[in-house]
Amino acid sequence: MSKVSKGVLGMANYDTVIGLEIHVALLTDSKFLCSCSTAFGAPPNSQCCPVCLGLPGSLPTINEKAVECATKAGLALNCQINLFSKFDRKNYFYPDLPKAYQITQDAYPLCSRGFLDYYVDDQLVRTEITRIHMEEEAGKLIHSGSSIVSSDYSLVDYNRAGIALIEIVTAPDIHHPGQARLFVEQLRLLLSYIGVSDTKMEEGSLRVDANISLKPKDSDLLGTKVEIKNLNSFRALEKALEYEVSRQGEILDQGGTIRQESRTWDDRAGRTMSMRSKGDAPDYRLFPEPDLPPLCLEPAWVESIRASIPELPLERLGRLEEQFGLSRYEATFFVHYPDFCQIFFDLAEYDLSPKAIVNFLMGDYARLARERGHLDARRIAGLLTIVKEGLIGANQEGVVLDALFSSEKSAREIVKEQGLEALRDSTELQGVVDGVLTANPDLVARFRSGESKLLGYFVGQVMRATRGKADPEVVNKLLEEALS
Amino acid sequence: MKELIQSLDVREVSAQEIVQHHLEEIAQHDPGIHAFITVDQEGALRQADDADRRRAQGQALSPFDGIPIAVKDNISTKGLRTTCGSRMLEDYVPLFDATVISRLRRAGLVLVGKTNLDEFAMGSSTEYSAFGVTHNPHDHSRVPGGSSGGSAAAVAAGEVPWSLGTDTGGSIRQPASFCGVVGLKPTYGWVSRYGVVALAPSLDQVGPMAKRVEDAAALFALIAGNDPRDATSAKAPSFQVPAWDPEVLRDLRVGVPEEFFSAGLDSQVEHAVRGCLRQLEDQGAVLQPLSLATNAYAIDTYLTLVTAEASSCLARYDGVRYGKRVEAEDSNTMFAKSRSAGFGSEVKRRIMLGTYVLSANHYEAYYEQAQKVRTLIKEDVLDALSQVDVIITPTTPTAAFQIGAKRDPLEMYLSDLFTAMANLSGIPALSVPCGLNSHGLPMGIQIMGGNFSEALLFQVGYMIEQGVEGSARHGQL
Repeated sequence: MSKVSKGVLGMANYDTVIGLEIHVALLTDSKFLCSCSTAFGAPPNSQCCPVCLGLPGSLPTINEKAVECATKAGLALNCQINLFSKFDRKNYFYPDLPKAYQITQDAYPLCSRGFLDYYVDDQLVRTEITRIHMEEEAGKLIHSGSSIVSSDYSLVDYNRAGIALIEIVTAPDIHHPGQARLFVEQLRLLLSYIGVSDTKMEEGSLRVDANISLKPKDSDLLGTKVEIKNLNSFRALEKALEYEVSRQGEILDQGGTIRQESRTWDDRAGRTMSMRSKGDAPDYRLFPEPDLPPLCLEPAWVESIRASIPELPLERLGRLEEQFGLSRYEATFFVHYPDFCQIFFDLAEYDLSPKAIVNFLMGDYARLARERGHLDARRIAGLLTIVKEGLIGANQEGVVLDALFSSEKSAREIVKEQGLEALRDSTELQGVVDGVLTANPDLVARFRSGESKLLGYFVGQVMRATRGKADPEVVNKLLEEALS
Repeated sequence: MKELIQSLDVREVSAQEIVQHHLEEIAQHDPGIHAFITVDQEGALRQADDADRRRAQGQALSPFDGIPIAVKDNISTKGLRTTCGSRMLEDYVPLFDATVISRLRRAGLVLVGKTNLDEFAMGSSTEYSAFGVTHNPHDHSRVPGGSSGGSAAAVAAGEVPWSLGTDTGGSIRQPASFCGVVGLKPTYGWVSRYGVVALAPSLDQVGPMAKRVEDAAALFALIAGNDPRDATSAKAPSFQVPAWDPEVLRDLRVGVPEEFFSAGLDSQVEHAVRGCLRQLEDQGAVLQPLSLATNAYAIDTYLTLVTAEASSCLARYDGVRYGKRVEAEDSNTMFAKSRSAGFGSEVKRRIMLGTYVLSANHYEAYYEQAQKVRTLIKEDVLDALSQVDVIITPTTPTAAFQIGAKRDPLEMYLSDLFTAMANLSGIPALSVPCGLNSHGLPMGIQIMGGNFSEALLFQVGYMIEQGVEGSARHGQL
């Protein structure tokens, strides 16, 4: 049983069917339907205007940048971009919804029929994207208690109201909770590659609703689905789905039926809880938005957006493996850390082996760079080149690296200033070797009587005496000669 | 108006004096008519003072700098409360000017106050205002029409020289007809709706109301034009006031749809309209009988769409951010109580109807069906307009009715019988007084034309106006 399938252990009689709806806040400077700022963390209600507050008489106008971002996401997800799409009103009352309707796209979404390929273990799998549509974000409620029902009062912050969102809807073709997580991880990475969202789940700019049902193995009939709302972390997504697999499996095992309903995930209790059943689902009374004309796009414009899409994660993974011979593990590291990847590509321009670059970047450098920021590729190349040339010993690399982080000097300058060049001269080292042996007659005797592991001690003493600069190869050779 | 502007230009009178005069007229007539919800005496005099100062420095903003105007109280005015005739917005003071208001201010017009209307523009008599009924200046026992009844009555009573109204199914033209003034429902999209409190966004338009066609045209020129803040705003050029040349009638093809002259049309109205048509014919126009059969469906279609859109547009009045709030234990109860207390019965009726026609089980049968019929109506109208230059009908089936006469909402809805078609198809329509009936009540004639044909409508309207005897033009006021 593969690692990602652990959630269905013991539920061998059922297939799990999962479909996702992912809301993504687009990275536009201004909101979807007005010109207010979208910056996160401003004082409450400081980024609002008559339009996003829904004041009487205010009217929406479409932010072209949002359409651009949504189109880009659609293209990166292999969708068909619909040159004609429309906006609709979704009507419901809630204190965070200023107009008491959300402007969204229902019947005619911007994008349809796409897919995303990603790895589950070592298997490349595909999840179909049914549609991507644009809509506006609601405001944010801050309750004095734990929920709107139990609070004495609730405060509303409309800074978030009207921020542009896309909703990405997948087909129900995800088969286990771990796969759902991997899909969203890959999706998130892809969205950050194309720069359409900051995808910060903790700030709510990427939120997942999951539909999940179980069906008897090999049955064509789908089971009754349950919707889990507002999963705000990868952990919550996976845990909530695992919980549902068990819960629904147990009900079915006992001959029960699943209620079609919306549920929420209680992270502390580690379980999902019923929110409302299908019968209580609101009638949103969707109808065409009369304040906005249909969105009509030019094919040439769509093509210009297509041309602006950079290399995507999966392509990059392939290139790192095939062109540079990286292992899946290494390539995955660079795909997930585009900043490291850029440095890798920069360093690959120098006469250095990919292996040396990878080992360097994934080693101590990774830790230091995360703490102190990246070094210029040119300076790293300088260090790796003198290592390759043998100007310094491998054990001096760390000293030079530290110095590179704390000064503006080149690796060569640092080596020169600190006298770190490797000692390779036999006559010079012979004196040090002789000195070490002379100072330890007992140990020399023991070595000669068979304790060969003492050689390491002698090497260490020589290295210490030369402050690590001695070339270990030369030292070994001299010691062996002297002790034979 | 011409005289007013001339006397301002030669500094015979000041804007202060003109505004003061109109404020006195309001003080004298409005207790009986109640055309205004809010009169901004102080603000008006201050604006007039500014206008005089500009004129003294030779820096008049436009020929109309210092001329007073009244505006229907569903058009947002920064700093001046905008109630929509509703308790819901009794104390609501907008933070911004509607685009049409900005345009008026840019021309130096003096906003003297906000006029009464049926609550949220839902009505045809101005009886449904939370601030009381407006009376027809020609007969105080009768309605002024609606929903722009305040704007029509204020002009008819001489309280202001002109005004702005809004028209979703006839709300400018019908009161214009009842009060004996000129009113235009412009081509959809030629006037910005930004800041105009929505009744039904796909139908709403702001338009001018004035005593004379020339003045209505001049006011229209001030407000028409593209507005980037309204996504439904047409990319049309600005409107130029046409030359008033009788030659316009030569060989003008005038469509006369028989459906508008059938049973239910008051005989005096028919007589007056036919008289005008004969006159146009005498002056060179060619009358062409035609059929607009789809008008039979106009009212049902109109009501379905208007209630659907209104139910959504009025949902924002929930007591959370502005407007009336009735405190309650939880937010849903607060919404319900606030809305119950804030809205009048006609508004509630339309919200319920609209919610019904949009609901999942009825959407197809009502809303979607109405959209299809709307398309048919539009095709019917455009087809007719491909054969004629203008279509002329009565504006309303009767002259002004008695206050309280129409208790049945369905009967009230029929007031829009001749006017809703222009809104559904988007075309412009102008109402011009065409005489007085035996009770001395004004009657109106409606001229419709193709999109952006306002100049022609005004020209034809002007010729009709010239043909109607002076005293019969606006009544004895």
